Amino acid sequence: MEASQFKSDQYVRFCPGCGDHAICMALQKAMAQIGIPTHQVAVVSGIGCSSRMPHYLNTYGFNTIHGRGGAIATGVKTSHPELTVWQMSGDGDCLAIGGNHFIHEIRRNVDLNVCMFNNRIYGLTKGQYSPTSAKGFVSKSSPFGTVERPFVPAQLVLGARGTFFARTLDVDMPTTVDCLVAAQQHKGCSIVECLVNCVIFNNGTHAWIADREERAEHSIVLKHGEKMIFGKNRDKGLTVEIDPQTFVPKMIVVPADDPRVLVHDATQLDPTLHRLLALMGQDRYLEVESQKSKVESENDDLPVALGVIRNVEAETYDHAVSRQIAEVRDRAKAHCFDELTETLESWTL
Amino acid sequence: MQQIYKIYYIVKNIVVRFCGDSGDGMQLTGSLFSSLSAILGHEISTLPDFPAEIRAPQGTLGGVSGFQVELGQDVFTPGDKADVIVAMNAAALKVCTLGSHFNHPQAHYDDQFSLYHRHAIVIVDTDSLTDKDLEKAQYHTQNPFEELGIPESVQIVPVALTTLTKEALKDSGMDNKSMLKSRNMFALGLICWLFDEPMDKAIHLLEDKFKKKPALVAPNTKVLVDGYNYGQNLALSIHQIHLDSNDQLPKTNGRYTSIAGNKATAWGLIAAAEKAGKHLFLGSYPITPATDILHELAARKDMNVMAIQAEDEIAGICTAIGAAFAGDLACTTTSGPGLSLKSEAIGLAVMAELPLVVVDVQRGGPSTGLPTKTEQTDLMQALYGRNGECPAVVLAASTSANCFDFAYEACRLAMENMTPVILLTDTYLANGTALWRIPKMAELPEIHPQSVPEELKGHFNPALRDERGVRYWAFPGMEGYEHRNIGLERDAERGTISTNPENHEVMVRARQHKIEQIANSIPELKVVKSKVESGKSKDVLLVGWGSTEGHLKAAAQELGCDQAQFNYICPLPKNTHEVLSGYKRVIVCELNTGQFAAYLRSQMPDIEIEQYNEIQGQPFAVERIVNFVKSE
Repeated sequence: MEASQFKSDQYVRFCPGCGDHAICMALQKAMAQIGIPTHQVAVVSGIGCSSRMPHYLNTYGFNTIHGRGGAIATGVKTSHPELTVWQMSGDGDCLAIGGNHFIHEIRRNVDLNVCMFNNRIYGLTKGQYSPTSAKGFVSKSSPFGTVERPFVPAQLVLGARGTFFARTLDVDMPTTVDCLVAAQQHKGCSIVECLVNCVIFNNGTHAWIADREERAEHSIVLKHGEKMIFGKNRDKGLTVEIDPQTFVPKMIVVPADDPRVLVHDATQLDPTLHRLLALMGQDRYLEVESQKSKVESENDDLPVALGVIRNVEAETYDHAVSRQIAEVRDRAKAHCFDELTETLESWTL
Repeated sequence: MQQIYKIYYIVKNIVVRFCGDSGDGMQLTGSLFSSLSAILGHEISTLPDFPAEIRAPQGTLGGVSGFQVELGQDVFTPGDKADVIVAMNAAALKVCTLGSHFNHPQAHYDDQFSLYHRHAIVIVDTDSLTDKDLEKAQYHTQNPFEELGIPESVQIVPVALTTLTKEALKDSGMDNKSMLKSRNMFALGLICWLFDEPMDKAIHLLEDKFKKKPALVAPNTKVLVDGYNYGQNLALSIHQIHLDSNDQLPKTNGRYTSIAGNKATAWGLIAAAEKAGKHLFLGSYPITPATDILHELAARKDMNVMAIQAEDEIAGICTAIGAAFAGDLACTTTSGPGLSLKSEAIGLAVMAELPLVVVDVQRGGPSTGLPTKTEQTDLMQALYGRNGECPAVVLAASTSANCFDFAYEACRLAMENMTPVILLTDTYLANGTALWRIPKMAELPEIHPQSVPEELKGHFNPALRDERGVRYWAFPGMEGYEHRNIGLERDAERGTISTNPENHEVMVRARQHKIEQIANSIPELKVVKSKVESGKSKDVLLVGWGSTEGHLKAAAQELGCDQAQFNYICPLPKNTHEVLSGYKRVIVCELNTGQFAAYLRSQMPDIEIEQYNEIQGQPFAVERIVNFVKSE
């Protein structure tokens, strides 16, 4: 199929320069690559800039209410497991007002493909801090800096026993398409954190990896079965080291030819290593101070992990619900209303 | 078999109340007795009345749980006051005798408050009147009967229930605690003897009840039968009661059973889905007193029901909206606080014009309020509790049995008109049971979900409407009808987002019109005419809505006036104005401060409306309605 088949007739109204444009195009490309016909695809969203996405995709779409996209998508997929269901959401829609639905769709492992657009700001309401804004971030609703500790989305996903987590960046089209295709192929709740730039209210929030020069040094695209190597000259590798005193494991950078360089295994059930990988480079998003002074911490040279970080199998909720109904119906005596009423203790006149 | 000469009281109907500690199994005893009575062909109406605590401290006044049933013919309500009381302990005796005044120091039996009549039979467990029991129930003396001022006309029947139960089970090898759990079966046996009900049917019901715990069948049956046989010993002191069987059976032929409102609601949804050829989806979150609908539907996987226990009330309705978007018959069930949480999502279903059934089993409010008590206080919330101009259909069931019909009707109206329908029931209907004529699928009304015409394939948009003003239902999986649905305002022609001022007004009126035209497809308001030929009462119409039907019917019968009960609240039946304008006095009686009265005034300001209201978390007492109408 062609990407153009997934374009709707609507004029795309994201701000010029917004990272959402790139994700929109990547979605159309990925959907064409996956090849599921438009009428078998449902795209559900809540409220926010990213939640406008269904209007631009020529599939079934439902732009709903703030934060509830996850619950509505759960209803669509559970009642009709044969459909391919996408959920478009942002850091506010998904992690603040819709936080409960987000953790529960992950916990239940509903077979959804969730794009969580993370620009660390509320754009549609014109510039308030979000649950992923760094502590100290100055916005219209935090004129003296927020005093809140932010979420690291990956930590939340793994804490809710997530089976799939990928991270991508608006300006990295190939990785975005790869992540979206992998999310669709994964049976279960697939969370794709899309790091996007908000040109109006939070411009440059991902600049240190968005810039092409910087990106090679500050990020690594993880690929299942491949060595963890990065850098402009692909001369750096990653491995894990355990502190002999505290037994705390941590990621470290080693030369690319070091035999200790790890091979990425996204399918490992134990989430320990996935967590270490997903947390790399996240320190600088926790506090504004660390962004400004670029505090010389031990972790500072660790790259941000992009690509599919975790991809494990578990029975999906929608499948389990339908399976249980089928099992009960197989052994049930009554299958329709008239048969059901026959089972009642009754008397006849 | 030896012929026993029996002396009977013959009565048309009678009210029995079982009361004991919340751990004494009074709800089970009461519901078994009610089912048995229904199977024997009596009309029944029941009122379970239990404390909110699962287990209050044993033997205390706060832990008293009651179950009242009226049986016989022309049974409209569970009865204002009981004719027969079974009191399992000292606290229950006190609560039954003093009613809502049980906490007042020095309170005595008083006709106004007592839960039983002056000529009632009160069976009491004498083993549960020890000093310790009396102390827990806050008696001040050692003679509870005297202290409570029980009139001499009340016939007290002391029975050593605990001792007799232990005696019945002495060879069972059971421990003391397990044996005591069967005391309620001794009481049930005794009541079965009192009403001369056949033991085989009772035993059969018991076996059914304990089919998952077969070990309990034998001991409970033994105690039940011993209780029944013990009744013979009482024959000298009390007469058996025989319900007059003349004309006591309902008029329509068919199979009958007893059913609780919540179960009837669940089955109405199941039947509607089957009739419409739709898959039934429930998204729900546990909340008293609506949870039994979730329980029933979760168990009905054999009927292909998909029942989801969501993470919260909002997810309950939102998963349902997702299923409706995907083409299913979608429902959510809740009580008042949950309806508040669902408000925004109901607005989405109104805006997206999706079929959705929202069942609100009303309880006492506001906030957490009185979770186990009944009230009709969510009417305004159902009608108006949303942002924007947000019309939805509002229906109300009026008996435990017709919860089935109105759940079914809610589904029909939702799917034929692409709108959310809010069905109001309440604690009284939900937990109460009534005689239900079991319908056959073939005799239930047709349901025609609003399907999309073939000619719209390839150029469908969600704003297209039929001649009634109802949009079409196209859903994922259907090739050639891909579209985007929204909670934002949409263009009346193209279905895409629109902020145009004139368009918004067109759309607001289109959504309103869609609800109003439903009046064309619902029955007219019926008046129950009094048999009185002439007189002052002919000018009076008693008006109610929802669960007060039985009480108002009984009151109207006593007053000799006409009565009309509303099941369709929004839209109102077309002849409403015509009916109400035919009376000098229109008295709207409801269990709130006058919500329906206010609604009627807003809809037809030329009609003068009087109102009678009670807000005590209990169903009406017929006597009080009668006194009110007479005194004005």
